[in-house]
Amino acid sequence: MQDTPDIADRHDAVCVIGAGASGLATLKSLREQGFSVDCYERETSVGGAWNWRHDRSPVYSTAHLVSSRPLTEFPDFPMPDDWPDYPHHSQLLGYLERYSEHFGLRDDIWFGTEVVSVTPAGDGRWDVTTRSVGGGAERVQRYAAVIAANGHNWAPKPFTVDTSEFRGRVMHASAYKDPAQLRGRKVLVIGGGNTGCDIAVEAAQQAEKVWHSTRRGYWFAPKYLFGRPADQMLPPRLPLRFRQKLYRWMVRLTAGDLTRYGLPAPDHRPYESHPVVNSQLAYYLGHGRITAVGDVASMEGSTVELSDGKRIEPDLVITATGYLPRFEFLAPELLDVDEDGRPDLHLHAFARRHPTLAVIGLLQPDAGLLPLAHWQSVAVARWLRLRIDDPAKAAAVQQKESVRPVRSWSRLQVVPSSRHWFEVGHTDYLRAVEDLLKHMEPAS
Amino acid sequence: MSSQLLRFEDWTAPVPPVRREVLSALPHPDEKNPPLLFVPGLGHGAWAFREHWLGHAASRGFSAYALSPRAAGSLRAYVHDVVQVAAGLPRQTVLIGHGVGALVVSHALARYPAKAAVLAAPVLDGWPALGAALRTNPFGTLPAFFGGGLGLSRKQLYSPGCTYERKLTREPTAVYRSVLTASRPAAPVGSPPVLVVGSPDDKIVTRKALDRTAARFGGAPLLFPGMGHDLMLDTEWQEPIDAIIDWLEKELLA
Repeated sequence: MQDTPDIADRHDAVCVIGAGASGLATLKSLREQGFSVDCYERETSVGGAWNWRHDRSPVYSTAHLVSSRPLTEFPDFPMPDDWPDYPHHSQLLGYLERYSEHFGLRDDIWFGTEVVSVTPAGDGRWDVTTRSVGGGAERVQRYAAVIAANGHNWAPKPFTVDTSEFRGRVMHASAYKDPAQLRGRKVLVIGGGNTGCDIAVEAAQQAEKVWHSTRRGYWFAPKYLFGRPADQMLPPRLPLRFRQKLYRWMVRLTAGDLTRYGLPAPDHRPYESHPVVNSQLAYYLGHGRITAVGDVASMEGSTVELSDGKRIEPDLVITATGYLPRFEFLAPELLDVDEDGRPDLHLHAFARRHPTLAVIGLLQPDAGLLPLAHWQSVAVARWLRLRIDDPAKAAAVQQKESVRPVRSWSRLQVVPSSRHWFEVGHTDYLRAVEDLLKHMEPAS
Repeated sequence: MSSQLLRFEDWTAPVPPVRREVLSALPHPDEKNPPLLFVPGLGHGAWAFREHWLGHAASRGFSAYALSPRAAGSLRAYVHDVVQVAAGLPRQTVLIGHGVGALVVSHALARYPAKAAVLAAPVLDGWPALGAALRTNPFGTLPAFFGGGLGLSRKQLYSPGCTYERKLTREPTAVYRSVLTASRPAAPVGSPPVLVVGSPDDKIVTRKALDRTAARFGGAPLLFPGMGHDLMLDTEWQEPIDAIIDWLEKELLA
């Protein structure tokens, strides 16, 4: 391709941003609907968050999946059935690499290229400005549609306590890669999500002393129940209220009441925040290897003061505050972003006022993300195809769908937090997508 | 039809893994063609394709694999195994099913976006096939109704002058029942081209059934008169496999 300042028109081609799990699924679904696709990936290989070889990947050496294989694999490309119930993160990267190889997706991916801006060019088309990560001139190309699959686990959520006067080391969980970093240290882990609990458990095995600070109580689901992966044992067919009851019962039977160890009691019902799947935290709390503490109030010198006035002296603080979705290349109004920075999208995927703009993978399901991202991408690809094949029907579908609020398909009262607003129940979500797919089916 | 999105059965009761028998013949050098996966019907194993078709496909530049059905299987388990093997191959795979193997393939197409599919002498609907079997081989077929297992005879499967009768295995009646009571497969994913081949002289798959199956996939069957049900073992085995590969080469160019 030549390097020209003028806009290259790519006609009916679709631009996909990101070649992680969601981007790869989108690329494949669009191709199956006959679109030509340009996919831009700023790293030099596929895998996104699971591509541990690059700095922005959040995975650490010991990370395993927290949802079991059947609930995590792509629905049309199963993982090998002799893999463990909860594969290691490197197996997931291998799986994504095989997926892109198997379907020949690499031919359409521009590696080492980042998307600088996406602006409407009128008529539903988009001008996409890209730049080589290594530097070089920017290039603008015009596309018929843009699908952002840029992930939501790479931009760390800032830690709000002032750490400038603290003498110990402070790092975000994204910088934590290997248990060797914890060996012999006095570690404070902040954050009760899956990452925070995983790191606390690892610290319990490696560090000299471990404190685990959590602001809110969580439901700690076990990985196994009656010798089977726990997520395979909870009948997903049941209504939400029943499942919440069963979940409470399961947690009572396994982890039990953790307030005894000083952990706060959950302030929400099961499924309303991202489920934390960890069987080992309670074990190490019980062995005194982890001390549960409350919120951090201030950090100064060698001391960390907690909200209850207690003082501790860690020399390593790991903030597992989570990550925030970011779409720097899109003007906020295109995604109807509210004052708290949350996009308002139909099914957390379709831009309500721009029928050729969508986001894939912006979900926190109570199961694996890949199946949901797959069906999202199938819906988006079929939608773009319908706009071409049957504009009248597409207009009718859009009129009906674009105004549906999130609560029309999700009964969850999610915890109001910058991390939990895109929490979804995977069965509710799939039902809503299935509904949309049925609306788009050609009349036979 | 059950939902393709909400797969409760696969989530809560996954098919248990087994060691699968996969035979293969590979071309030298690798031509970058899509791999072919042959799926035999009941009573047969991967051996049925090793006789002629695997080697011939490889000689025409296609890596060819054949999968034996697992012991004590079911339609669901067979479909699972086909999708597992196909997804494990390096490139998007062409699924080729024979007999009941074609039924397995038609279900697998809803679970895996195959590059293309071929249904050879397909038994997609078990009832007419059962009727045809009763007519040509009542003594082999009747015991199946009483749990005795289904016997297949030479007359049913082969044209005169050809027999592999002694290599056939008996499947438990439960397997046949799961085939007879199978629900209609969901629509294929990824809209692969599908070819139906068969013989008008097949004693198991009637001409009418062939036409019906081909019509379901929007075409007409490719016919090889004079051949028995087991196209891949017949003395004239080369004709259908050459026709299949010719069709495939044309489809891959399109």
